[in-house]
Amino acid sequence: MKPERPLVDVQGLSRVFDASKPWLNRMLEGEQRMLLKAVQDVSLQIGRRETFALVGESGSGKSTVAKMVVGLLQPTAGRVTIDGVDMWKTTASDEMTALRRRIQMIFQDPYASLNPRWRVGAIIADPLNAFGLTKGRDETEAKVAELLRLVGLDPADMHKYPHEFSGGQRQRICIARALSSNPEFLVCDEPTSALDVSVQAQILNLMRDLQDQLGLTYLFISHNLAVVRHMATRIGVMYLGRLVESQPSAELFKAPRHPYTRMLLDAVPDLKMSGRQRRMIEGEIPNPISPPAGCAFHPRCPLALDRCRVDVPTPFASGGRTLACHAVEV
Amino acid sequence: MTGPVLSVRNLRVEFPTRHGTLRAVDDISFDIAAGEVLGVVGESGAGKSMTGTAVIGLLEPPGRIAGGEVRLKGQRIDNLAGEALRRIRGRRIGMVFQDPLTSLNPLYRVGEQIIETMRTHLPMSEAQARRRAIELLSEVGIQGASDRLDSYPHQFSGGMRQRVVLALALCAEPELIVADEPTTALDVSIQAQIIQLIKRLCRERGTAVMLITHDMGVIAETADRVAVMYAGRIAEIGQVADVVQRPSHPYTKGLMGSIPTLEGSETRLVQIPGSMPRLTAIPQGCAFNPRCPQAFARCFLEQPAAVFVGRSEVACWLASATPVQGTP
Repeated sequence: MKPERPLVDVQGLSRVFDASKPWLNRMLEGEQRMLLKAVQDVSLQIGRRETFALVGESGSGKSTVAKMVVGLLQPTAGRVTIDGVDMWKTTASDEMTALRRRIQMIFQDPYASLNPRWRVGAIIADPLNAFGLTKGRDETEAKVAELLRLVGLDPADMHKYPHEFSGGQRQRICIARALSSNPEFLVCDEPTSALDVSVQAQILNLMRDLQDQLGLTYLFISHNLAVVRHMATRIGVMYLGRLVESQPSAELFKAPRHPYTRMLLDAVPDLKMSGRQRRMIEGEIPNPISPPAGCAFHPRCPLALDRCRVDVPTPFASGGRTLACHAVEV
Repeated sequence: MTGPVLSVRNLRVEFPTRHGTLRAVDDISFDIAAGEVLGVVGESGAGKSMTGTAVIGLLEPPGRIAGGEVRLKGQRIDNLAGEALRRIRGRRIGMVFQDPLTSLNPLYRVGEQIIETMRTHLPMSEAQARRRAIELLSEVGIQGASDRLDSYPHQFSGGMRQRVVLALALCAEPELIVADEPTTALDVSIQAQIIQLIKRLCRERGTAVMLITHDMGVIAETADRVAVMYAGRIAEIGQVADVVQRPSHPYTKGLMGSIPTLEGSETRLVQIPGSMPRLTAIPQGCAFNPRCPQAFARCFLEQPAAVFVGRSEVACWLASATPVQGTP
């Protein structure tokens, strides 16, 4: 084990959403409650200055995990501990405020996450004011200018409105806002999915530079394995609410263990046209309201055993990797 | 059949506005042969969808084709009026759009939609059309096609809906399919399935495909040739292997370098500074000059014409020794 305790420690995190019809409809139509288990029993640790990436397809629960880790959504079960503070147990409000300053989030759509009626300067200064980090207008303005320079924008841009910027520039503004409270931990939910590739490259490079410069820790959510490979030190693969595999990035790409991870890697288009052998994936992602019994992946799995149809595989950790599969040894 | 299925020459699409005329597509020429997949790739605002929309005659006013011509098997179609165009669209040109939910009518069963399309364009009885629709649905990989025919679009998943849209596009045996971002709304595992399907069906039938996408990976997997668009113009057009592995235009080079890959081990991605210009502010000369690391005096004055570099055609002053006209 590492001597240093991880910055972020997530244990047995679960979240259930109630997707049932209203009570009266249920009574009249004789329907059952419908519970959607968006996240089930997810555990992970993120060390300081690491980038932990969560990958998975739509409905795998990766964004729900992000929201619970950042404190926007209360877990149904499980614990999120950040630097020794249990986020959902702490009642001391000053401890919570101190924690909030150290965690920030970057969202997918830079068009929806900036208030169109606010000037960029006010948007970036908002966390500064909320946490009382600067004194007086001059100091705030100087700090905003510094942040804008840090993300590659012009300090004069603080007087403009968000609509005057392109998608990539807006994402830079979102990053500047996230950095304004001097956070240690950034949760990035698909930060480049809405951007064009050439702009995506700019943002990914910027995020890496900032990590080196400021010593940031990232939880990086993405559906794009190639992007994740570029960013992450450690990768967790999610399928229908469960973490099926997690490994250091280099090893995951060299030796993927879980059949779903292998399938995801095979599905990435082969840009170099190297003639890499690929297996076609069968079937679709099941409905999360009525997932298959046993291992949720068994209907699509080429290695499925009889046991997979009955027992949910428990995650087994060994040698720095975690795997939840009956058919493959860790 | 000799000669290309689709031939586009010097196509220009313009939008007259109060602040002057905006040129969304500027002097574009390309051909697509039978059974061939031409990928049209570019970032937002490159004019790729606008080119596709102009080819199928669905430009929304005030947008209009301001110059050039579009020929389908030698017949000019860019100047056809409403009714004549409607007979071609759906019959000789099939369409697949990004969001399968908006391309299907939610109030009709998918079978009705396919049967209606077939009977509009082909002399078929209801029973014949129904049999054919079942065949088509099983061909695009929908299990239990005879039952699924009577389902509504909302009863299908995203990937399955896109299969239905593909069946709908193919049902009148078109010569050309224009697919605009057909896999963008889908998950990677489903995307791979749909790409394979489009490729197989079109090869079997000899249908020409114009595949519009922002995803170079999809192009590398699917297309035979690729046109890279930038600010309404074609920067580079050639065989996929040439363009992907040995790009000639500085924009294509930058674009290829900026894509993170599974194989690469590079720590930094190549980055192209800046972003695509807005239509209101396309630079003089080569539109890429403000972002180009190799731009020189001529690039700021004159717009480069396409020249051959190997088997590809490249519109760049760096590449030009002797300009040529048109395609061979």
